[in-house]
Amino acid sequence: MEKVKVIVGLGSCGLAAGAGKIYDEFLRIKETDQLDFNLKKTSCIGMCYREPLVEIVDETGSYLYGNIDIAKADDIIEKHIKNSSPIKEWVVKTDLFETEDNVFFNGQVKIVLRNCGYIDPESIEEYESREGYLSLKKIANEKMPALDVVQLVLDSGIRGRGGGGFPTGLKWKFANNNKSDEKYIICNADEGDPGAFMDRSVLEGDPHSVLEGMIIGAYAIEATEGVIYCRAEYPLAIKRLNIAIEQARAKNYLGKNICGIENFNFDIRIKEGAGAFVCGEETALIASVEGERGMPRRRPPFPAESGLWQKPTNINNVETFANIPWIILHGPAAYAAYGTEKSKGTKVFALTGKINNGGLVEVPMGITIKDIIFKLGGGIIGGKKFKAVQLGGPSGGCIPEHLSHTMVDYDSVTATGAIMGSGGMVVMDETTCMVDIARFFLDFTQRESCGKCTFCRMGTKKMLEILTRICEGEGRDNDIEMLEELSLQIKDGSLCGLGQTAPNPVLTTLKYFRNEYEAHIHDKKCPAKNCKKLLTYEIIPEKCTGCMVCKKGCPVEAISGEKKQVHFIKQDLCTQCGACFTKCKFEAILIY
Amino acid sequence: MRISRNLISNNTNHVIKEDIDLSLIDSLINKYKGKKGNIIPLLQGTQAVYGYIPKVAFDKLSHETGVEVSDMYGVVTFYAQFRLTPIGKYVIKVCHGTACHVQNASLVTDALIDYLQIKDGETTEDRLFTLETVACLGCCSLAPVIMIGNETYGKLNDKKTVNVIKEIQRKEKTNAN
Repeated sequence: MEKVKVIVGLGSCGLAAGAGKIYDEFLRIKETDQLDFNLKKTSCIGMCYREPLVEIVDETGSYLYGNIDIAKADDIIEKHIKNSSPIKEWVVKTDLFETEDNVFFNGQVKIVLRNCGYIDPESIEEYESREGYLSLKKIANEKMPALDVVQLVLDSGIRGRGGGGFPTGLKWKFANNNKSDEKYIICNADEGDPGAFMDRSVLEGDPHSVLEGMIIGAYAIEATEGVIYCRAEYPLAIKRLNIAIEQARAKNYLGKNICGIENFNFDIRIKEGAGAFVCGEETALIASVEGERGMPRRRPPFPAESGLWQKPTNINNVETFANIPWIILHGPAAYAAYGTEKSKGTKVFALTGKINNGGLVEVPMGITIKDIIFKLGGGIIGGKKFKAVQLGGPSGGCIPEHLSHTMVDYDSVTATGAIMGSGGMVVMDETTCMVDIARFFLDFTQRESCGKCTFCRMGTKKMLEILTRICEGEGRDNDIEMLEELSLQIKDGSLCGLGQTAPNPVLTTLKYFRNEYEAHIHDKKCPAKNCKKLLTYEIIPEKCTGCMVCKKGCPVEAISGEKKQVHFIKQDLCTQCGACFTKCKFEAILIY
Repeated sequence: MRISRNLISNNTNHVIKEDIDLSLIDSLINKYKGKKGNIIPLLQGTQAVYGYIPKVAFDKLSHETGVEVSDMYGVVTFYAQFRLTPIGKYVIKVCHGTACHVQNASLVTDALIDYLQIKDGETTEDRLFTLETVACLGCCSLAPVIMIGNETYGKLNDKKTVNVIKEIQRKEKTNAN
């Protein structure tokens, strides 16, 4: 009989939820009770909202338990492992019976995330056991010419998953065309969008798939060296990449005459980013790898001609590389079977914000936003009203509820004014203020602007000033026009993607939620009741018990009233700090 | 730009004389000396040793590798990762990613500012805590989140946040006794 397997999810989100302690607990009991089961580690399976997750595989099948704490872990050992009776009500995923969380997986197609949550990311053997490095071997065995590999990628129709959506095959073709004794292939793992963690999960959960994609890319464009430019904020990803690189070297997937292909010499090193959002831009990233300030430069020449150290360089994103081995092995037609006419394959999204089932999902292109949010995502937290979804981070925009039938593909998303982006999908409900969201993103781009182009440097700052003013109730009559004019000028006057797209969050919210801006400016009201300065606080006499807590807590002595008498807020003194609202135990403070 | 501003305000507060053992970066210098693209790794290595980049270290790095101090300073002030002032024993990273923002991360920051009486980027007088706002810690489903050392605390509000800090202070006190 095969041993029972206990697999604990130890991705960053799992660890944050306390999975490390759960692993230790299983290990402790395994040793003290001398139990005979295999304790293993894996990474994120995408169900962040159910972390910590533990999978038990016994002779009847696989059971994934969610929201595990120490007490539950002890129970699972007692009942499931010792007495072979699974605790059904805690199971979130299994093939054996229906669970309420099955909806999260229905409709997902796992190509990029094919191994995430299924293998131990620190074991090359486990990767190999799931078709790992077969694509590379296929290329070697069939002695496939480099241009044939490029053609396969072209035929698959895959477009850059970093956000731009440029056809990957075409990029490879350009890089292949430029002949040089030194060529570089770079993996852009500088995932900087706030609210996005797709690449981190892939690097942590399946580092070899990215390495294999890079090795195939190197073969296709005839690159001599590879660099993974990874955020320093992802220590676990860097650790696992380092382990994977060592393992790949030991098996001659990296090194000289790789897999017996004569003169195919290639190695990969990791370069840790130092924290600058603009380094996601290709030319800024190259400057950063060269050890300089990460400032973009004018293109052309494009990196495919003159990139790192002035040599031809090809840059792709983590998710793009992770797709490549699957495409080579299963063929471009199988890949292109998913998706729409112009956007092929699948896309990974980090589903966050006011959503019930937050986590990582991989869906075929062409699925509607509505389906992602209400079917996979399980709807809005607390049954509140869905207002908008933010796609593409600081470069993207907000798609409103009435456009939630929009299909997820490059062209449909762009048509709304947002961008596909790298895959951040932040869901917002009726309590989210759209002016505040625009201000939030401008605050981000303003800080991250490298300062090279005046319009981006000064323009974003000016826009932020106006937005802050509006949120604080100081909005002026022509502020909206001013924002629109600045937006156009920043778009025209900036060299790189950061500046060219920085106004998008403002432009899309102005397009779809202009009434909220107007309410802030003209009526000095925040319809979502989010902007503190625009709120009025009042005490509901029927609910006030005269406990004096709000009076004592008010920093400006704006509250009057005697003990056990109804209190009163003097509006001319009130600074809208909200202290009374937080302190009141009787819900007697009304906000409007 | 943000960093250089912090720098000016912080420099006036920190006139503490540090005992800095410069030999600790000798091996780092030998490793990267003369290599192209070495500025960032040199600075990252130095910060890994001291927790920040002391002024005397700039001089030594420049003297021994030939890289101009101005070039290094340009790089240091460009990237968010580098620090020019010493940090506290515990660095509190408050996530202000989009997911945390919509789940009221500013409440958490305000509570910390209020309780510790320091601003973003500053260190408490007892050198125990440094407060840092970061773009995204990537645990969006636990929003709002803070990270102290390798420990992540999720689903916070103002009270829970202050309790986390109080707990650390209590531990420190018992250890000191």
